[in-house]
Amino acid sequence: MARPLLEIKGISKHFGGFTALSEVSLEIAAGERFGLIGPNGSGKTTLINCVGGALRNDGGSIVFAGEDVSRLAPYQRARRGIARSFQIPRPFRTMSVLENLQVPLEYLAHRRTLHTADTASEAMQILASMGLADKARTPSNRLSQVELRKLELARAMAAQPRLLISDEAMAGLSGSEVDEVLKILFDLNARGITIIMIEHIMQAVMRFSQRVVCLDAGRIICEAAPAEIVKNQDVQRAYLGA
Amino acid sequence: MRFWIGAGVAVLAAVAMAALVKYEYFFFAGYTVLMFIVLATAWNILGGYAGYVNFGTPAFFGLGAYTAAVIYKATAAPLVLQIAAAALTAGLLGLLAGVLTLRLRGIFFAIATIALTVIMQTVFINWRFAGGATGLQLLRPAPIAPFESYIKMLFVVMALMAVASIALARYIERSWLGRGLRAIRDSEEAAEASGVPTLKLKLFACCVCGALMGAAGAPMPMYLSYIEPESTFNLNYAIGALASPMIGGTATWAGPVIGAFVLSSLQQIITVTISNEMNVLVVGVLLVVFVVAAPEGILGLFKRWLGPSSK
Repeated sequence: MARPLLEIKGISKHFGGFTALSEVSLEIAAGERFGLIGPNGSGKTTLINCVGGALRNDGGSIVFAGEDVSRLAPYQRARRGIARSFQIPRPFRTMSVLENLQVPLEYLAHRRTLHTADTASEAMQILASMGLADKARTPSNRLSQVELRKLELARAMAAQPRLLISDEAMAGLSGSEVDEVLKILFDLNARGITIIMIEHIMQAVMRFSQRVVCLDAGRIICEAAPAEIVKNQDVQRAYLGA
Repeated sequence: MRFWIGAGVAVLAAVAMAALVKYEYFFFAGYTVLMFIVLATAWNILGGYAGYVNFGTPAFFGLGAYTAAVIYKATAAPLVLQIAAAALTAGLLGLLAGVLTLRLRGIFFAIATIALTVIMQTVFINWRFAGGATGLQLLRPAPIAPFESYIKMLFVVMALMAVASIALARYIERSWLGRGLRAIRDSEEAAEASGVPTLKLKLFACCVCGALMGAAGAPMPMYLSYIEPESTFNLNYAIGALASPMIGGTATWAGPVIGAFVLSSLQQIITVTISNEMNVLVVGVLLVVFVVAAPEGILGLFKRWLGPSSK
């Protein structure tokens, strides 16, 4: 069997006396659609902050494409192909939508030819594939919620990642908007990008994921196919308090 | 291209003034205005583009001035070398200060830069060779031909430095460097996730900012024929360097230039016609008015006045 794209090996994270993650281990295969669920405060965002590099894990290691990235800065991990969207959208608010995409295009996709590449036309292509083409010149601080979510994903796409971590890209969206974002994620996966989806909207996780892991209080309590995980007693207790 | 024609015209105008205007005070005042254009432009690279508000201008400016004075005293080095050495030491100070403080954000970074000024002042108060607390008297050498007075020569030198620093700021602003710095200002986490090496870029900005401020300070000992710590590390430099971009607009290179020109000219006029105290008051009042009423500065007002059609 081929080596997994991402190997999380027994990582822990403490904030003072609080244990946010304790010895979490996971393997994610190249091309996989992976769902990460768990109640609020269970450590989902901490886990992906550790993978993305915004936080340093205390113990264990994170191996991406065969290389230990645990001690690398976030931008170095981005160069190796780890991209993420933020749970609370963080657009570059003084820039237009187009310019938002030019940052990762210049710094990642074309970083060896920074002065010559025509990043604008490439950014337009990505925006078109996301249905944001008519917003290209709009200042990003004037976008609606769903447009901001799409911009988060578009900017992550411009990084030309091998692994995309989508952190609650659908929170607060309506049913049809959830379908739109789901379709975008399916399209990206069809192009060979491995996707980790963190989501509270169970219906979306169920439809999207091939495999789901449930975190609770910093530990993995269950790992299964979507259809089985909802039947799991521990998951039901963690989520529903049953 | 239009920018370079404008820059050439500005330098030629400075040279022409030096040749034609007889009134010495004009050059004393003009030198100060040009110096604040350099300081404001330098400040804006870190403070405007990257959003790191810096109160350490006097530390870099003063280190530049003292570097020039000390190597002049020790070796009688010519002005060009003094400026180069000042840019080097102040640039290194920027790098060092950056390594120590750039992990801090917002108000904590600003406080750390104030401390930097106090540290530098204390160092020079206690350095006997640099004159200690009483300062150093310096004898100006003869001006280099074709200049008939040293002040006129310094005026043209400062005009050249202003054009050079504006060109550098403009280059940074329009290149991938500028886009990276703006990304840092908007969201440091998102910038990192987009592949921007935030710490390296901030160190670069801090180093360039320090070097330009140091260069701006280098001719000061010759301008005054004198240097002492109290006035060299004066907080007024920090306020002028910060207020000018705020008043002119921080988004582009033109903002600090317009702001520094307006503010310093006004200060010169008020100092002469009313009093030195009044000129400090005017900076304060203008700063408050602009921060509250026009946070995008004079350039922002212009844009709004031209109407939403330009959007």
